[in-house]
Amino acid sequence: MQKSDIVLTQLIRSSAVRAIAKPRSKPASVFEFPPISQPIAALVAAVVLMPLVYLVIRAVGAGSESLDYLLRARTVGIITNSLLLTVAVTFSAALIGVPFAWLTTRAKMRFRRVWLILGLLPMVIPSYLGAVTLIAVFGPRGELQSLLEPLGVTRLPSIYGFVGAWLSVTLFTYPYVMLPVRAALMNLDPALEESAYSLGLSRWHVFRRVILPQLRPALAAGMLLAALYALSDFGAVTMMRYNVFTRAIYLQYTSSFDRSRAAVLALVLIVITLGILAIERRVALNMRNYRAGTGTQRAYRPVTLRRMKIPAYVFMGTVVTIGVIVPLVMMVSWLIRGLNANIVAGDLAAPLVNTVSASSAAALTVGLLSIPFAILAVRSTSHFNHGLVKVAYLGSVLPGLVVALALVFFATRYAHSWYQTFPILIVGYAIRFLPFSIGATRSAFTQINPRYEDAARCLGLNSWQVTWRITTPLARAGILAGMALVFLSVMKELPTTLLLAPTGFNTFATRIWSAYDAGSLARIGAPALILVAVSALSLYFILHHETYKNPRWHRNGKRGLLRGQR
Amino acid sequence: MRFVRYTALSLLLALLLTLAFSASAQEDESSGSGSRASSNESSGSGSRASSGESSDFSFSGEGTLVVYSGRGEELIGPILEQFEEETGIEVEVRYGGTAELAAVILEEGDNSPADVFIAQDAGALGALAKAGVLATLPEDIVMQVPEAFRSPDDVWVGLSGRARVLVYNPELVSEDELPASILDLTAPEWKGRVGWAPTNGSLQANVTAMRVLLGDEATEAWLRGMIENDAQVFPSNTPIVQAVLNGEIEVGLVNHYYLFRFLAEDPDAPGALYFFPGGDPGSLVNVAGAGILNVSDDAELGQQLIRFLLSETGQQYFADETFEYPLVGDDIAIVDGLIPLEDIEAPDIDLTDLDDLQGTLDLLDESGALG
Repeated sequence: MQKSDIVLTQLIRSSAVRAIAKPRSKPASVFEFPPISQPIAALVAAVVLMPLVYLVIRAVGAGSESLDYLLRARTVGIITNSLLLTVAVTFSAALIGVPFAWLTTRAKMRFRRVWLILGLLPMVIPSYLGAVTLIAVFGPRGELQSLLEPLGVTRLPSIYGFVGAWLSVTLFTYPYVMLPVRAALMNLDPALEESAYSLGLSRWHVFRRVILPQLRPALAAGMLLAALYALSDFGAVTMMRYNVFTRAIYLQYTSSFDRSRAAVLALVLIVITLGILAIERRVALNMRNYRAGTGTQRAYRPVTLRRMKIPAYVFMGTVVTIGVIVPLVMMVSWLIRGLNANIVAGDLAAPLVNTVSASSAAALTVGLLSIPFAILAVRSTSHFNHGLVKVAYLGSVLPGLVVALALVFFATRYAHSWYQTFPILIVGYAIRFLPFSIGATRSAFTQINPRYEDAARCLGLNSWQVTWRITTPLARAGILAGMALVFLSVMKELPTTLLLAPTGFNTFATRIWSAYDAGSLARIGAPALILVAVSALSLYFILHHETYKNPRWHRNGKRGLLRGQR
Repeated sequence: MRFVRYTALSLLLALLLTLAFSASAQEDESSGSGSRASSNESSGSGSRASSGESSDFSFSGEGTLVVYSGRGEELIGPILEQFEEETGIEVEVRYGGTAELAAVILEEGDNSPADVFIAQDAGALGALAKAGVLATLPEDIVMQVPEAFRSPDDVWVGLSGRARVLVYNPELVSEDELPASILDLTAPEWKGRVGWAPTNGSLQANVTAMRVLLGDEATEAWLRGMIENDAQVFPSNTPIVQAVLNGEIEVGLVNHYYLFRFLAEDPDAPGALYFFPGGDPGSLVNVAGAGILNVSDDAELGQQLIRFLLSETGQQYFADETFEYPLVGDDIAIVDGLIPLEDIEAPDIDLTDLDDLQGTLDLLDESGALG
């Protein structure tokens, strides 16, 4: 079993799914959590909720005119487009993610680990960046067209619209399906499949009737994430000019003097997001999915691909080429162009400082705020406290653009001295990424035996001291992993930064955005590559650190995802 | 242990931050116009002497002016700094999109800390005028600006002029082949040869002007015609000019000054401007302008800024640095290669009527121009 995969899956899954999970059963401990946790959590929950509530008030207050707007054909078109993209991305991400997961866990092939890492790499490319590279290559007058020019191709069919949006969002979200499915595949008991074979089922039937049903919870979790990403993606759909909610909201936001429509559209988007969560809940609940046999489960024997070998390599090669190689090659070529034109250095310093300071500030804030939430989630049984935790999760299931817009509304109305300041940018990031951190901190807390805390209490520490001297240090690895995840996510975050950053505060993300807007791609190369490199490092840190630094796993001597498998 | 202490300390800080945020939020709610963007009074430049070498501007004063600027920092920042130096008035600027800041002013209402709003487009000023948030400007300011480029109610004035043009590549198409009207760009011979930016504010203002001059139906027909004619979509003006110079497209609908930014770097770049003749809606002359908010607590400071921007120094700055048309003063040289403002056969239109941006957005949306 691969712990690292499971941890990452937990991290990812927790960000969305825990929001609707039931409260845990009563813990065995008699330990009382520090009473301060509750007011802190309540305050943070209030900060999360207030802007959203104001957004709703604002949208409803817009009155009948906005209702007319909603019912108009174009708005219905926006809703249709959004749902179409979401459904298409969800299923195509599964169609790529599941086979990729199966091939990298079960199939006998050369360089399996390399394929695995290549398959996960699109995750470190933000979708808006991926979209720029896809446009540059596959656009009507892109690189591919100039390669085909001698053959008389003067213009490729347009990539803009549904096709481009679907392609870019799918390519950069399928790893979110691949990861949990991969973890589930490695956990399956081969005995079930062997029984099925012995009863005469073909390989395909075994997959469909035995493996697939067991993968359902992992698949549901991954597809939920893909759906939420598709619905909330802002950069890629805007660059691909596909008119979905996020793009329409942003257009209204930047072009209109009246923000009622942006508020109304955002409200509908919130409703749809909650609807998707409800669907996932129906699919994922009430599933029994455990192993019934006794004894230790045997390891899988890798499957030989035989005549499926070439199609498998073609499949993986195509995905990796479009999702990793093409974007990286384009970024490097832009970097070279930028170096030749001498525009790289002057463009880098300020965004670098800004990106790192904003990401660190957000990671630190969020990492610390996650502790009281994790304590409440793990050690408290009260419904009120679990309600607080659920509220905190709202920020990440809702699209970043909506959260940022809500904060803009709220700040212009009630805190205009905060509008466009660094602190409110950090508040925006915190609302958005707090759940990532809570998820990690929380899973670390669940691994701490409450008896340590009980023992510390017996030896005379008060609940506050127990938390700071026993619980938190034991959970350090998880807390740090959560902070790393937040750091990574903040670096890539585009819409929150666009709407909330102070004037002139360029991060790598907004620099890429404005360079695209101004059509100067040579300026994108350096920030893009740095962004990708740091993202990759953070991912490595999460996968690696978790496995080695957590004492429990350390004792078990499990090896990390990136350090070789059994 | 150190980890624990740091953690506790940082948590406390985060808590304080959160408390401060909610406290200030409440305060703002209850105390109306209580707080304004923090002013850097400690920097002590209040009584800096006027340098006044090349300046015809002789005001001075003290205080802080909050400016919301829909024009970018690189375009207007230097002249605002010069104003600070010459007058000792401190200027605090919030930059943003023109429509974005207009919306912010409307959202902020009576709480707005802004004194002056500088817009890239008369439509936004018109919308604020209609909402009644702009104050009447004194006669000495208003009378400087030609009637066509200021508010009929005297609540805003144009600072510089910007013409809509067709930029073309003379190596690919000669001037006499160019159409007589923007409406002719939907003709079959222009299929796939034209670039435009439907999400760009300047194009949107031009479409608003077309709605005012031709009506919604004709404008929508033109928009649909452009889409059917495979007009190439760009995210903004700059890449359109770039594409024309590269030969990727032959002509593009842009503001006049973008080409001069490219020519400043490469004087031989193959680009030229074409102004549609005969008062065609495609030759709209829009302005970047400014107005003072009703809620401004010291309108006199704002008026000084506007006077400065309309002075010879200010107007020459716009002509030299942003390649726009000066609106005041006859002897200010414009960039080489640009025809004088009087020679443009611009349509006869009241710029305040460009305020219905929402209607234009809806029309662009319905016609499919937004994707």
